[in-house]
Amino acid sequence: MSPLSLPIAELARRVQAGSVTAEAVARESLKAIADRRGLNAFLHVSEHATLEHASALDARRARGETLGPLAGVPIAIKDALCTLDAPTTCGSKILAGWRSPYEATVVSRLRAADALLVGKTNMDEFAMGSSNENSAFGPVKNPWDETRIPGGSSGGSAVAVAAGMTLGALGSDTGGSIRQPAALTGTVGIKPSYGRVSRYGLVAFASSLDQVGPFARDVPSAARILAVIAGHDPRDSTSSAAAVPDYEAACQRDVRGLRVGVPEDYFGPGLDAEVADHVRAAIARLEADGACVVPIAMPHTRHGVATYYVLATAEASSNLARFDGVRFGLREERPGSDLGTLYDATRSAGFGPEVKRRILLGTFVLSAGYYDAYYAQAQRVRALIRRDFERAFAQVDVIATPTSPTAAFPLGERVADPLAMYLADVYTLPASLAGVAALSLPVGRTRSQLPVGLQLIAPAFAEERLLSVAAACERAAP
Amino acid sequence: MTVTRDEVLRLARLARLSLADDELPKLEADLSRIVDYVAELGGVDTSEVSDAPRVGPTAAPLRDDEVRAGLPREAALAAAPRVVDGAFAVPEFVDES
Repeated sequence: MSPLSLPIAELARRVQAGSVTAEAVARESLKAIADRRGLNAFLHVSEHATLEHASALDARRARGETLGPLAGVPIAIKDALCTLDAPTTCGSKILAGWRSPYEATVVSRLRAADALLVGKTNMDEFAMGSSNENSAFGPVKNPWDETRIPGGSSGGSAVAVAAGMTLGALGSDTGGSIRQPAALTGTVGIKPSYGRVSRYGLVAFASSLDQVGPFARDVPSAARILAVIAGHDPRDSTSSAAAVPDYEAACQRDVRGLRVGVPEDYFGPGLDAEVADHVRAAIARLEADGACVVPIAMPHTRHGVATYYVLATAEASSNLARFDGVRFGLREERPGSDLGTLYDATRSAGFGPEVKRRILLGTFVLSAGYYDAYYAQAQRVRALIRRDFERAFAQVDVIATPTSPTAAFPLGERVADPLAMYLADVYTLPASLAGVAALSLPVGRTRSQLPVGLQLIAPAFAEERLLSVAAACERAAP
Repeated sequence: MTVTRDEVLRLARLARLSLADDELPKLEADLSRIVDYVAELGGVDTSEVSDAPRVGPTAAPLRDDEVRAGLPREAALAAAPRVVDGAFAVPEFVDES
């Protein structure tokens, strides 16, 4: 049996005990990555470093050292996270080949837990996209149907796990960029509460929304990765000092008596009928397990897309000002050109069409004459969306919804229509705007064998509750 | 609303992007449609929420005011396209504003 088919806790236990060597796991993972190169999930594979690191882990174990909770577990890293020993491109030409002078805290924490960091995964440029077609290095393909998109923006990370190349991956989620690709590839993806996980070393997109989180094949495996990366980081002032509970233990709790809210606002026009059936069936199984299903109202859900695309683009237009060709990355300089021309030429050559579109939109909503009608109004609507969640969580413990309105759509289908692409995130955006905890887990397949995801949402810092319900869903799956 | 060619060019100047002529027609059309879509926010009754927009879900805690080591100069300069005398080098410019 391949070590890559084991749950993370079991593989780590075997590597800790020496019944499987980290080196054997590393070789299997690297071989799987090479065999599935056509999926374009990886932008960089750290072959040599991974094998060296694996041998070092085996040697430490042989000397009697106890290895960490991710001993020998191959994990892929979204290319939006800075790494010292591999390039960080963020899916953009403007950072092609760039080496960060420092490492993201979450990457250091995985390393300290003895994970094998096999490589960097493909993504929509600067995490802007819902299909992975906005990568400057070509789209990622869905392993269940290679003519379809894997979701985005963390598509490469989702596919690394879904296609069995790694047992886990890190992604980042600003408006659904972990949950939506998890749903479309049949993996588990967690967007932790705002402040739960350090963002030091995550290339910033929209700072009031960005969160780092894990992908894995099952809920307890995702819980183990989350436990390793969560917690306060003195280098990120937005990271919370709240203690990190035992997330794996939470996966064992049953759901009897828990109140599951189902907002009809998430089941309206645009939702594919097959997706709706699978999601409702999963909710019915929770009810059969003893949970109480409660209809709730979240009336501002329908404004999530507009609110998000005003606020996220405004923040992005400011965050992406740092890419100017002066301190790192691409520089377009012609003889005799002045500094302003250097900025303009570098940014125009380095950014792709979607990034330019969002920078321009963000510039528009912040510009004189439009600021109050767009940016300030969107902030007020964000407050209303947050209030919807506060009111809902006064009545229920978790909220259950579809993650994505459709299963994976064909490559190219929405490329020409940015608005149609934005609507792919309609169900994931509100939880991001409210800063609460959410995840997606697989709950079935369409007739064409495409995965369907259930989104569960819990109050901020209630990841344990989220994981209890998700694990119960997983156990109840037919 | 229609985002005109002049408006796109004004935004591009603010955002420090030089757009090619062939990029403009699609940007005009896309931005017009997106701005029309997000304009629905204007119809939302926000009279019940405070006027002071809150950015981010939580207030950021302050850290202790103590001196800590930063990135070493060599590391900060390592990825710079051009370095002169231990500093980032840029073309000469005159700011007449």
